Amino acid sequence: MVSIGAAVKEPGSTRKNKTGSWRTFKPILDKETCIKCENCIMFCPEGCINKDYDIDYDYCKGCGICAEECPVKAIKMERE
Amino acid sequence: MVLKVMSANQAIAEAVKLANPNVIPVYPITPQTTISEYLAKFVADGDISAEYIRVESEHSAISAALGASGTGVRVFTATSSQGLALMHEIIFAAAGLRAPIVMADANRALSAPLSIWNDQQDSISERDSGWMQVYAENGQEALDSILIAYRVSEDHSVLLPSMVCIDGFILTHTVDPVDVPGKGDVDKFLPPYKPDHAYLDPKRPMSIGTFTDPNYYMEARHDMELALVGAKDVIAKANAEFAEIFGRTYDFIEKYRSDDADTIIVAMGSICSTIKDVVDEHRDNGEKVGLVRVRVFRPFPTKEIYEAIKGASNIGVLDKNISFSVGGVLHNEINAKMDVKANGFIVGLGGRDIKPTHISEIIEKTKNTTKTTQWIGLNKEEL
Repeated sequence: MVSIGAAVKEPGSTRKNKTGSWRTFKPILDKETCIKCENCIMFCPEGCINKDYDIDYDYCKGCGICAEECPVKAIKMERE
Repeated sequence: MVLKVMSANQAIAEAVKLANPNVIPVYPITPQTTISEYLAKFVADGDISAEYIRVESEHSAISAALGASGTGVRVFTATSSQGLALMHEIIFAAAGLRAPIVMADANRALSAPLSIWNDQQDSISERDSGWMQVYAENGQEALDSILIAYRVSEDHSVLLPSMVCIDGFILTHTVDPVDVPGKGDVDKFLPPYKPDHAYLDPKRPMSIGTFTDPNYYMEARHDMELALVGAKDVIAKANAEFAEIFGRTYDFIEKYRSDDADTIIVAMGSICSTIKDVVDEHRDNGEKVGLVRVRVFRPFPTKEIYEAIKGASNIGVLDKNISFSVGGVLHNEINAKMDVKANGFIVGLGGRDIKPTHISEIIEKTKNTTKTTQWIGLNKEEL
């Protein structure tokens, strides 16, 4: 149900828009290879990787910056 | 009742004064300018307490109007032609955000060639925006239509903006007697605007005009369709209460000697006064001719128009607009929505005079049904 004029009266509605659905390539992080350098956490433009190196696929758009920045190639981009 | 002689522009300004909006962002443009001037004077003289915003363009005027309406207050603006065209983007946004803005449009031709004179191409071109549209025939109706427009637009089941259209120069710059109602009666008819869908309150914050993904947009547009169609009941109720309080009756259409007519002319706006005279002449000669004047163009009164014209064997629809390669918009909508074969006529573009002889010519031409739209009043040597 959309409110009249699509006004948003509850905060946090942006999260309802699961931008992960835009993804074509999915980052798969191999925690065995990972050296916990935090590069991917800092470079992710969506803040989708947490301190435990879990990727939030609800919002990861699959840009691949994490895989590009990983110094030990622990992240592989796989086609959805 | 005291009748005052005034132009339709002044009548509109008097109506706005009575409706007492909180914010008036306007940008002057011929032939609307005197509306902005009257309102500026009312504000300067302290007759109304509105915030008068002198914006730098019509795009800004309607943007400021939408922003102000979003805070939950009554808003008025006015424009014409190129100004309305410049507003186009925000016209659609205002309807989509369900801002019950009321705007007067002094109908004027669109460039090019550049023209300051009257036709109705400007407002007709905004017909798909979700705004309600009313076409007035005279100054009194212009004044009354503003009051009714606020009442309908602000109804919680409608919440769509309204455009009151008056023919440029023909109405905006000529005077006729107008009864300016008393403030007490207007307050009885028009309660203060109290929105609960969009307003500014730091204690209950909300976001208006946000991005929507494909999960929401279509429902929002469908709601607008339901609201505009449903507005017909609200308009009928407002018209009835208006008649009760002020003694003047308005309907979606006006039928003039059309009940038993074989030939019916359908038109909008000030030209209908000329047509009424021509109808009288033909009636005097024993010809059963009548007029159906479409007042409310959006929501489109399909049923009302059809009931009024279905008995006639010859129907002619006059349009002061052209959808190129298709014909006049009112004509095409009537033929599309109704089981009739009306003839279409393009008249009066860019201020071209529409003479009584032209109306008689149209009445004669409706006797032969044709799908070809006919242009009346073209200079023959140009053909």
